[in-house]
Amino acid sequence: MTQLTSFTIAEAREKLAKKEFTALELTDAHLAAMERAKDLNAFITMTGDLARERARESDKRLAAGHGGALEGIPLGIKDLFCTEGVLTTAASHILDGFKPRYESTVSQKLRDAGSVMLGKLNLDEFAMGSANITSYYGPVKNPWKAKGRNVELVPGGSSGGSASSVAAHLVMGATGTDTGGSIRQPAAFCGIVGVKPTYGRCSRWGVVAFASSLDQAGPMTRTVRDAAIMLRAMSGYDPKDSTSAQLEVPDFEAALAKGVKGLRIGIPKEYRPAGLSPELAALWDKGVEWLKAAGATPVEISLPHTKSALPTYYIVAPAEASSNLARYDGVRFGLRVEGKSLDDMYAKTRAAGFGAEVRRRIMIGTYVLSAGYYDAYYLKAQKVRALINQDFTDAFEKVDAILTPTAPTPAFGIGEKSDDPIAMYLNDVFTVPASLAGIPGASVPAGLSADGLPLGLQVLTRRWDEETLFRVCQVLEDAAQFPLLPAV
Amino acid sequence: MGYIIKGEKHDWELVIGLEVHAQVISKAKLFSGSSTDFGGGPNTQVSFIDAGMPGMLPVLNGHAVEQAVKTGLGLKAKINRRSVFARKNYFYADMPQGYQISQYDQPIVGEGTLVLDMPDGSTREIGIERLHLEQDAGKSIHDLHPHKSYIDLNRSGIPLMEIVSKPDIRTPEEVGIYLKKLRSILRYLGTCDGNMEEGSMRCDANVSVRPVGSTELRTRCEIKNVNSVRFVMQAIEYEARRQVDCYESGGTVDQETRLYDSHKGETRSMRSKEFAHDYRYFPDPDLLPIEFDEAFVARLRDALPELPDDKLTRFIKDFGLTAYDAGVLVAEKESAVYFEEVAKGRDPKLAANWVITNLFGVLNKRGIEIGDSPVSAKDLGRLIELISDNTISSRMAKEVFEAMVETGKAPDAIVEERGMKQITDTGAIDAAVDKIIAENADKVAQYKSGKVQMLGWFVGQVMKATQGKANPAMCSDALKKKLDA
Amino acid sequence: MSLDKATVRRIATLSRIEVADADLEVVAGQLSGILNWIEQLKEVDTTNVAPMTGGTDLKLQWRPDVVNDGDKMEQVLANAPDGHDGFFGVPKVVE
Ligand SMILES: [Mg+2]
Ligand SMILES: [Zn+2]
Repeated sequence: MTQLTSFTIAEAREKLAKKEFTALELTDAHLAAMERAKDLNAFITMTGDLARERARESDKRLAAGHGGALEGIPLGIKDLFCTEGVLTTAASHILDGFKPRYESTVSQKLRDAGSVMLGKLNLDEFAMGSANITSYYGPVKNPWKAKGRNVELVPGGSSGGSASSVAAHLVMGATGTDTGGSIRQPAAFCGIVGVKPTYGRCSRWGVVAFASSLDQAGPMTRTVRDAAIMLRAMSGYDPKDSTSAQLEVPDFEAALAKGVKGLRIGIPKEYRPAGLSPELAALWDKGVEWLKAAGATPVEISLPHTKSALPTYYIVAPAEASSNLARYDGVRFGLRVEGKSLDDMYAKTRAAGFGAEVRRRIMIGTYVLSAGYYDAYYLKAQKVRALINQDFTDAFEKVDAILTPTAPTPAFGIGEKSDDPIAMYLNDVFTVPASLAGIPGASVPAGLSADGLPLGLQVLTRRWDEETLFRVCQVLEDAAQFPLLPAV
Repeated sequence: MGYIIKGEKHDWELVIGLEVHAQVISKAKLFSGSSTDFGGGPNTQVSFIDAGMPGMLPVLNGHAVEQAVKTGLGLKAKINRRSVFARKNYFYADMPQGYQISQYDQPIVGEGTLVLDMPDGSTREIGIERLHLEQDAGKSIHDLHPHKSYIDLNRSGIPLMEIVSKPDIRTPEEVGIYLKKLRSILRYLGTCDGNMEEGSMRCDANVSVRPVGSTELRTRCEIKNVNSVRFVMQAIEYEARRQVDCYESGGTVDQETRLYDSHKGETRSMRSKEFAHDYRYFPDPDLLPIEFDEAFVARLRDALPELPDDKLTRFIKDFGLTAYDAGVLVAEKESAVYFEEVAKGRDPKLAANWVITNLFGVLNKRGIEIGDSPVSAKDLGRLIELISDNTISSRMAKEVFEAMVETGKAPDAIVEERGMKQITDTGAIDAAVDKIIAENADKVAQYKSGKVQMLGWFVGQVMKATQGKANPAMCSDALKKKLDA
Repeated sequence: MSLDKATVRRIATLSRIEVADADLEVVAGQLSGILNWIEQLKEVDTTNVAPMTGGTDLKLQWRPDVVNDGDKMEQVLANAPDGHDGFFGVPKVVE
């Protein structure tokens, strides 16, 4: 049965249609793999029974010849998406026992497309982190290991469970959410494809909010084609989300074959800081060569405010989070720690329910919004954000896509960097600018480091131009010939 | 300068600004599709959005925007075609999101004016600072459990307009007039029903005092949520005295929120200073700015009903009413509509008199609204016709009106039933006159000797003889003709 | 920007997160470290720059005034740690 977990979504789609195997067989194979790989700690909740039930329904629809775009495809759902009747935790103690009575728009769309949810994937608590070490349910392990070293590595974050489970072939694809790089960076660390679409492409309704003006859901898969298939199913206007775009969803898969001939590819000089590892720099150059060979023209560009993106992000995101997380107060759902008074109950519940990083960000966010500091921090950050956005607008006058490394390093060991928040924040230095601008971005596995760890290249395009994004990603994927399985 | 508080050291005057929370008339909440109906069972009119559940997002009710713009137009205020929702962050048991979605530095409506009609016939303009849209909180119920409060979120997310006046108000009386006038305008516009008892209109008053002649603005106290016009006025009087006493005894007034206790008739400090407020307003990232074009505003402006000030002017001009009568009639939209129906094609002054004196008298006595009037405008109008065409006398009309109030019957039916039709037949009147003259030779002699005031006595006798049905003017004419012959 | 303990206590209170007195120093150090790093934004010239408040330049959509939600008391209370008779229970609030 193991080979059933080796297919891509596109392949499984064909084979299911041809009745080479059933959706139930496909689901069972993945459930078995999940069982074997429990050590990765990629799942907070496994929903095997529910999955088998839904797989049987898929088989009925497949037999009747009216399967959806993802009919019978086993997927993992990041535990930030509310799933009706299924424990939803955001990897936080404070959501203890929370079983929403509603389904997020994105997970509903995936379900409507026929996919089978295998479980809820681990993440950094409230999606705050870049290594998946802040989860109340423990760290997630990366299925990859460095050559000759038996050190457990982080999968990146916050969508660490998603990245790890996709890379380890426990699921065929997973949902992620990206606020400052939480899809792209773990995708790079685990050697998979991760796409953060344009802000507004996927509905945020029913997704536990971290930073509302930045949060965006997206697919994490093993191939670019799979990401295109999955994103199409996830996308679309949702009248329940005021920031959702009333735009036609393109057939992303159809764009894949269009190539990059004639496209101008921007290479931002600011993404080559002094400390960038030589192997990443070399991989980046290789990426440029691949695109050139496929008919694109590299153009050196400048994104002058790149350096300011990370501190801007660390004002905007905590500020919004401090407000978004005020609803976790022990009154209507989740954990409650009793106290002498209402305020005492709030303070005790929130101190016990939130982990250290979340508490830290709430307090930073509270501080930067507080009287006397708003202008100096929050308003200033919004202005710098406007400049960063302008940088991209200007760049896209000259180029059609931008190519950069996804993360400054490959995956590091669990426990490293954990005592220095700022060192941890630097993981997102290349992904955060696009988040602030709301433009789409993707990470494609492009090669291995000297000690055999995945490295990703990031592609960015204009707002609403995911089609170009996928075209560039496809060319990179074809050229890179990246090994789909971790070398264990 | 009507209201002066005498102190030992100074005479003091009041400086008052009002913040009125007016519930927008709408079917659904500001950011969700749950109902705004009053009086449902606990938490039955609550969506996951109103309950602040994880991942829930607000979607703006466009009708609330229209209502706010209409109200702004009614207050002759600046309409901001771009405004921004902001989050006001604080923790409270009945505020599930941990923030209130409100508007802060970019409200939907800017400066405007409210005209107060003073009892002496003069007018006074009070500046409107702004009007913004925001959501209401839920309700905490404290008396159902010995050591718990119970939370009902039915009100959570109900659309409110917060209408903020400039600190232009100087007396408790003006506060009362301001609130009544504002309520009147809101009701005319159909944007708020103005029911203070049900909480659909609530008032916070910012009160400070200063020595007469000074133009400074001293520290103000905010008196929260007083639920009747009378209590707002009482609370302000108490608070003003308290602040004067404070200053005069060498103390200072702290900026704070105070509650009015209507039983004790006093205000007291509400929240402990430990939690000094810091609302950390910032633009709500779940909502984009509210934007609309001039055509949207024009469409609402064109559909605006006639407002009380304009109606007043028209009543004076077209109907020849006194300013006082017109003011009484336009104060409530329903009264004005009722009056216009009564007056239509009839004697407007007579109509005004009947509505104000007779009808309002009955309504007041019964403590009911004009909407529940036992006499319809159509019937009262008909009664006025019967008076004008001499079918009944004014005196009989009062009796007919009483019967209308009691029975709800139309005036014609009552006149018919009771045979109250005025006798206007000259033959019948002449016969009665002849009979009275024949039977009272002595009185006739007195009249002829110059006591012309005896005529009244003769008229009375004729009326008596006809059971009051004779037309008094015709009796008088007939008598004069015979007696003077 | 170095935060003192009193400021941290005020932020903690505003955030409704209990911080033990013994931890104030450590938390102050961590928050100060982050704030110091953020301070580099001061160097960016933002004269005449309009703030970017959201993630998109789309127009706000309005919902019609239609009642199509609510009437789900059981679902709304389903996860309440202390639900009673259709209400959410909290420690008594005294005003
Ligand atoms: Mg206020
Ligand atoms: Zn308000």
